[in-house]
Amino acid sequence: MSAKDRSKEGSMKAITANRLRDGDVVFLGEGGRWVESFAEAALFARSDADAVLAAAKEKAEREQFGVDIYAFEVTEENGVPVPATMRERIRTAGPTVRTDLGKQAA
Amino acid sequence: MNHIAPGARAGIYHYDEIDRRFVAERVEQFRKQVDRRLSGELTEEEFKPIRLMNGLYLQLHAYMLRIAVPYGVMSATQLRKLSEIGRVYDKGYGHFTTRQNLQYNWIKLEDTPAILNALAEVDMHALQTSGNCVRNVTTDPFVGAAKDEVVDGRVYAEILRQWTTMHPEFTYLPRKFKIAISGAASDRAAVRIHDVGLLARRNDQGEAGFSFYVGGGLGRSPFVGKLVRDWVAEEDFLAYLEAILRVYNQYGRRDNIYKARIKILVHELGLETFTAEVEEEFARLRGPKYRLDKGIVEGIRHHFAPPPFEELPDHSEALERAKASDPAFANWLAVNVAEHKAPGYAIATISLKPAGGIPGDATCDQMDLVADLAERYSFGELRVTHVQNLVLAHVKKDELYDLWKQLDAAELGSANAGLIGDIIACPGLDYCALANARSIPLAQAISARFADPVRQRTIGELGIKISGCINACGHHHVGAIGILGVDKKGTEYYQITVGGDATLTTAIGDILGPSVTETEAVDAIEAIVDVYLANRSDEGERFVDTLRRVGHAPFKERIYAAD
Repeated sequence: MSAKDRSKEGSMKAITANRLRDGDVVFLGEGGRWVESFAEAALFARSDADAVLAAAKEKAEREQFGVDIYAFEVTEENGVPVPATMRERIRTAGPTVRTDLGKQAA
Repeated sequence: MNHIAPGARAGIYHYDEIDRRFVAERVEQFRKQVDRRLSGELTEEEFKPIRLMNGLYLQLHAYMLRIAVPYGVMSATQLRKLSEIGRVYDKGYGHFTTRQNLQYNWIKLEDTPAILNALAEVDMHALQTSGNCVRNVTTDPFVGAAKDEVVDGRVYAEILRQWTTMHPEFTYLPRKFKIAISGAASDRAAVRIHDVGLLARRNDQGEAGFSFYVGGGLGRSPFVGKLVRDWVAEEDFLAYLEAILRVYNQYGRRDNIYKARIKILVHELGLETFTAEVEEEFARLRGPKYRLDKGIVEGIRHHFAPPPFEELPDHSEALERAKASDPAFANWLAVNVAEHKAPGYAIATISLKPAGGIPGDATCDQMDLVADLAERYSFGELRVTHVQNLVLAHVKKDELYDLWKQLDAAELGSANAGLIGDIIACPGLDYCALANARSIPLAQAISARFADPVRQRTIGELGIKISGCINACGHHHVGAIGILGVDKKGTEYYQITVGGDATLTTAIGDILGPSVTETEAVDAIEAIVDVYLANRSDEGERFVDTLRRVGHAPFKERIYAAD
């Protein structure tokens, strides 16, 4: 199921981490691979998120890939999934005071 | 490692071989620890305390590396190295902090050993910038230059740096421990909001001694430091401090992070009991082993000998001419320049707060320029202030105009030191993993609203301090106007306090009323200023004095009238 379709179900979650070697923000994508863009993040129903998160943590630690792994709420704006909180919006984009930096600058 | 002798400057502590070897060894240790983490030999749980002990945090977008600038003093060579690191390993800028340090926001773990190695080349490091240890000791940014200075705080801050580094008793304290020293009549180091605040004075015999204030601090539970002993002789300086730290180590709470700072211990034991415990420990410690040897003090004082000042008349014709011909310079002179103890010299504050700018941020180009200007005009040294500005402490009055023109061309010439545009703001939710709300956009909006330098001078001394969470890194509790960002169901709100004071008359601000939105906050600040201007007895009455005289009512009435 695509991210867009899943977000329509409401109360979705995405899973994020910081990449160990450089600290960059990453998201769990389809098929368990980590992606750098929130647009490619997989969305999970609340009921599934805990199990997916536990597996992602175990795998990331085993592979020395990511740290500080957690799930966050996703909502929908104009038909597009977006992080529900300001904190996660800033993580997915970059500092609001330096729009030339972070993922938003890419 | 190529060592670059950054210490060949007046006023900079020169590392000896022991210092240098120690820092180099720590870099190598950390290099191996990073390798072991990346290879999976160390788990994150094992590695996290290690990286924190080397100043490396994980923030929202990347790792953040906090570099120690001991007591806020560094050489031009060291600043150039910070600039170089910012260009090579970060994104072309750095952020000067309220602990007189510098932070990079976009650091890679895999680059960190190389960065620490580059720092070690110029006798710098990131030790004691994190973790439950004695942090970088701060002092008056005008130290060694101020006309009202009685004792040079650098000497004792350096003694503390050497004494606390790797001190086995102080490596795992219940919580972090911050010390500030001021040796002047005016407190420019916010002494009484520190775990230990030291006021250095001289007795009738001209001997140096210290008043010890303990248990100050901001954060979730703000307290003003309490006077534990009015006079501690220089020879007992370390013994008394060690006694305080031992009592803290023994009784400080380790079960609850929110109650672990020494301020809570002082509060819970009560000043009398706490003091009795310290005095008892001090009596045990006092003696030859802990006596601060005069020879050691003099040896360290030698590092901070005054630079070779020229004998100059105090009056500068060149300065007077420039002042008369250029009103913008005259304004900067009146606001950002302070009196120097040497005739013909002055202390210049370089504002890192352009209107609408990010408080404390400096680009690498700006750092290079300041390093050049420090060499040309101030004996190759500079200071970082706890208000997130820079200082050139020894500028000839004859050269102030040339200096300002170059600063102004690089957006470093704002005339707002101590005024409403001189805002302290923590990184807030734009960078910090702990924050609940953004601080910087509000600081930018307020400084833009009050951009007019004439208006700022009309308002006079009025410090605004903004924190993005209750940890209070932006010192909001002691802002004449303080602003605390809070999160209410996903929306940023701002709680306004008034009447805070970070000087010797330290006071914690009072909450004015319900929190407001970001847009409302800027209007509310302007309303507070308007009420102050309408109520002050004369132009000389400061905001905090008017507030004390008229109370909160007229301010509340204006802001919350519509509610």
